[in-house]
Amino acid sequence: MPHSQKVKDDTRAAWIMATPALGGLFLFIALPFLLAIALSFTNLRLGSPLPIQFLGLEQYRRIWLDPSFRQALLNNGLFALVVVPVQTALALGLALLLNRPLKGMALFRTLFFMPVVFPMSLVAVIWTVIYAPGANGMMNAFLDFVTFGLWAPRDFLRDPIFALPSIMLLSLWQGVGFQMVIMLAGLQAIPSTLYEAAAIDGSNAWNQFRFVTLPQLRNTLIFVMLVTSILSFRLFDQVQIMTQGGPNDATTTVMYEVVKAAFEQQKMAKGAAMTVIFFIIVLAITIAQRILVKEEQVID
Amino acid sequence: MKDIANNNIKEVQGTQRQDRKLLSTIGSYLLLTVLALLFIAPIVFMIVGSLKPDDLVLLEAGTLKAFLPEKASFQNYWDVFERVDFARFFFNSLFITGMIVLAGLLVNSLAAYAFARLRWRGRTILFALVLALMIIPLEAIAVPLFFQVTLFGWRNTYVAQILPFIANAFSIYLFYTFFIGLPKELEEAARVDGAGTIRTFFEIIVPVSLPVFASVTILTFLTQWGSFLWPLMVTIDEQVRPLPVAIASFQTLPPLQWGDIMSFGVMMVAPILIVFLVFQKWFVEGVASTGTKG
Repeated sequence: MPHSQKVKDDTRAAWIMATPALGGLFLFIALPFLLAIALSFTNLRLGSPLPIQFLGLEQYRRIWLDPSFRQALLNNGLFALVVVPVQTALALGLALLLNRPLKGMALFRTLFFMPVVFPMSLVAVIWTVIYAPGANGMMNAFLDFVTFGLWAPRDFLRDPIFALPSIMLLSLWQGVGFQMVIMLAGLQAIPSTLYEAAAIDGSNAWNQFRFVTLPQLRNTLIFVMLVTSILSFRLFDQVQIMTQGGPNDATTTVMYEVVKAAFEQQKMAKGAAMTVIFFIIVLAITIAQRILVKEEQVID
Repeated sequence: MKDIANNNIKEVQGTQRQDRKLLSTIGSYLLLTVLALLFIAPIVFMIVGSLKPDDLVLLEAGTLKAFLPEKASFQNYWDVFERVDFARFFFNSLFITGMIVLAGLLVNSLAAYAFARLRWRGRTILFALVLALMIIPLEAIAVPLFFQVTLFGWRNTYVAQILPFIANAFSIYLFYTFFIGLPKELEEAARVDGAGTIRTFFEIIVPVSLPVFASVTILTFLTQWGSFLWPLMVTIDEQVRPLPVAIASFQTLPPLQWGDIMSFGVMMVAPILIVFLVFQKWFVEGVASTGTKG
């Protein structure tokens, strides 16, 4: 009797405690998520006098034929292709350097992590000045200095070739500290006995890295690459502030196209269809990560 | 004879190894210093720029003077307050972020506690659903959420910027992993005393869970303070506009005054930068805790 009493009490308290969060999650995540799928099959446009109609896959056909959207997908893909490996490698390199028992490492860690607390909108504004055209611009002057005067000044953000890489660079600057800290935690979780055993076996620094550090860090690396890949497809703030997708769609992204369609042109259905595609990409990346991590556990 | 020779070789090898170690230490410091200078250059550029006459910010950006203010003055900071209602933007950001953080801590920790330490029907399936929601980023639902907010008549309000972000699946997950690791005996004494579940939570669990509360606070604060896409969509005028959207429009406000823009930036990031420098350990642990999943 007292036992069932206790279970009953728990149920009541549990519902009281969980309901506010569950309500919020339902109303502002689950519901809009279902709505995104539903809207993508219609012709909904804010302020349009036309009644809502079921259009099937029409919106998907339209966005597939939209050259800006295709370019956006390509740009996000390119961004991920460059930023994910470069940022991960850089973060790993920094983490390895900082993981050595030397003095002053905490200070360096602080410096590398500092950009992480900067809002992306502010980062975009600062770097817009850094990328100023002409020989006076900081980036131009810096490149002129490191190439011993071989650099011809460019207008980075209005150059169809340099605009996207310019955005990649500042995103890297802002994001690498985040990954570095996660990897440092991963490195510190590796039992030192593994290194001692490797040292007894006479393996050198490279082999220790290759056969102890990398396998032990595998799941951390996969996680970090997953997060960065998803971030690559969420790319928006920098584009909106620095280039507005230009020049000539060279820096447009899926989210930039979403905002253009849904917000500027009030085409809710078209925007919804784009976000569904965006979500499918995120889902695919997440599933890929789960499979990779599972594999590892099976081997163990 | 042989032994001595061997010892000599060992000594030579030993000093060689020490030399190599010293060299690699110096190399590490050199590399770290160069990288650190490159990393903080944009930040120093912003701070120095904020103290310079407006026209010199761009003019000297290509020289080392970009990092040295010759005649430092706070004129730009006063100019920002003259040209726009900075205090208003700052208050908006602080209010919106603060409300999300505080309400979020309460609501998400309560739910996580119910999932982690109470037995009730529906627990497993509901928790699985919460975990599934974790992979839906705001971007994936921005359009219908915007549509919903428009239907509710919430455009250009604080509510639209606060309410949707209080309940957070990832925060629940972080709380959950912490609560599940607490020893079972914690609540038993309180139960014997006849304390209710909710009182037990606040009196016994919360005081021993401060690290996870700190982590969630920092992660939520960082995300919300920098939030740009959503407030760009739902705010119409300056009344409820937060800093990230405000600096984007200030950047294009004629006449372009780069010193003013840099001052705006410094004031926008200063509070979070100071909190970061003071509570660094918590920041780093908070971020590292996101990586221990999966």
